[in-house]
Amino acid sequence: MQWIGQGIVKALEMLLSGEGELWRVAWLTLRVSGTATLLSVILGVPVGVLLALTRFRLRWLTVSVVHAGMGLPPVVVGLVVSILLWRSGPLGDLRLIYTPTAMIIAQTMIATPIVTGLTMSGVQQLHPKLHLQILALGASRWQLFWLLVREARMAIIASVIAGFGRVVAEVGASMMVGANIVGETRVLTTAMVLEVNKGNFDMAIALSLILMLLIWLVISALTRLQQGRRPL
Amino acid sequence: MSPLLEVEALQVKRGDRTVVDVARLSIEPGEVLAVIGPNGAGKSSLLHALALLQPATFGAYRWMGQAVSLQREAQSLRREMAVVFQEALLLNGTVLENAGLGLKLRGQVALAWRPAAHAMLERLGIGHLANRSARQLSGGEAQRVSIARALATHPRLLYLDEPFGALDVLARSALLKDLKQLLVSEGTAALFVTHDFTEIPPMADRVAVIDRGQILQIGTPQEVFSQPATPLVRELVQVAHDLVRTLQGMR
Repeated sequence: MQWIGQGIVKALEMLLSGEGELWRVAWLTLRVSGTATLLSVILGVPVGVLLALTRFRLRWLTVSVVHAGMGLPPVVVGLVVSILLWRSGPLGDLRLIYTPTAMIIAQTMIATPIVTGLTMSGVQQLHPKLHLQILALGASRWQLFWLLVREARMAIIASVIAGFGRVVAEVGASMMVGANIVGETRVLTTAMVLEVNKGNFDMAIALSLILMLLIWLVISALTRLQQGRRPL
Repeated sequence: MSPLLEVEALQVKRGDRTVVDVARLSIEPGEVLAVIGPNGAGKSSLLHALALLQPATFGAYRWMGQAVSLQREAQSLRREMAVVFQEALLLNGTVLENAGLGLKLRGQVALAWRPAAHAMLERLGIGHLANRSARQLSGGEAQRVSIARALATHPRLLYLDEPFGALDVLARSALLKDLKQLLVSEGTAALFVTHDFTEIPPMADRVAVIDRGQILQIGTPQEVFSQPATPLVRELVQVAHDLVRTLQGMR
C-alpha cells in the first residue's frame, strides 16, 4: 500500500520539477489522442448526421456495424493497422509503422464509430420534423447540417468526450503500432505498462495520476463547452 | 392573372401505396385555401409535397405561371414559401433569434434581420418576449414565434399544417384572428390544413375536402357547406352542423 503514497509523492515531484521526459510523454499523449479525436469528429459527425436523416436499403446493417465498432477492441485495431503499415504490407512504403502517425490512425479508427454512433443518436433525438422545418425556412444542405449539429451539440460533445476518453486510455493499439519507443512513440499508457513490467509501481502510479489529471483537464474543458451556455 | 401555384398530376407514394393523387390544384395570389379531411386522408402529405419537403412526382409544377424544374430550383422556390407545423419547432436560442432564422439563412446581417424579426414579433403581440429563451414559452406563445419566423421572410405562400392543433380554445381563437389579419395585410396566400371545420369560416376563401389522397370537392366554404358533393363531404358537413346546433341549444 505504501506504493500508492510513494506514487502520489513521485507524481507531485515530477510535476513540480518539470521533468522534460514526462512533459514530452504527456504532450505526445495529448497530441496523438487529441488529433485522433479531431479526425474522428471530422469523419464521424457528418456520417452520424447522414445516418440519422436518411433511409436506405440495409441501413440497419450499416448502423449495426457502427454500433459494433463502438466496442472495437484496440488490439484488433492495432493488428489491422500493423498489417496495413508493416514494411511488406499494402501501405508499407509510407514507412509509418512505429510512428505517432500510426498511433493516430489506430486511435482514429477506435474513436470514429463512437462519435458516429452517438452523433446519430443525438440527431435522432431531435424532433423528427425539425429538419423539414429548417429546410422549409430556405436552408441549403450545409445550413441544414450546421443547424442540426448546433441543435444536437450536447450529444455531439458527449460523443467527443466519450471518443477522447476511449483513445487516451487505450494501450493495446498504441503499443502494437507505436512500440513504445522512448522519445518517439511513448505515451502515458504505454509508459505505465513498461513501468509495471519493471516492477516500478510508484512510477506507474505517478504516471497514472498524471494521465488522469490530463484526462480531467481536457474533459472539463469539453464539459464547459457543453454545459456553459446551456439554455434553461 | 396566373395562379400563384398550379400543380398537375401530383402523386405521393409511400412504398407501393399512393397516399396523394391529385389531378390538378391551384392557389391564387392572396387567397387562403383550407384543406380538410379525416385522419390519414393525405392532408399533410399533400402540404409537404407542395412545399417541396418530401419526394413526389408532378406532371407539372408552375410557380406564378412559370414551369419550374424542381431538381434545380427547389431551394430557391422554398425561399418564396414558408411552413408552420403543428408543433412550433423552435431552435435553441432566444425568441428573436428564432424569429430571424429564415432571414439569417437568406444571408441577412444582424443589422437587417434583427429589426425585421422584432417588427414581426410586435405584429403578433409578442415583441416583449424577444430576449427570452425559446424554451421558456407557453404553447400559444411558441406557435406565435413560429408564425412570426415564417412571415418575417415575407413569403408569397404560407403553408399551415394544423397550426392550432396543440393549442387550447382561447389561444386558438386569438391566434386565428391575428393570423387572418396578418395574411390579409401582407397579401400572403396560404394553404391551411385542418381537421376542424370551425376553423374554416374565419380563415378560408376556398375549401378542398380530401380523402384517401384525392380531392373530393373544392369550392368556397358556402358551396361546400350547402352543396356537399359526396357522402363523405356530407357527413363531415353534418358533423359541423350538429356541433353548431348543440352549442346554440346550450346557449
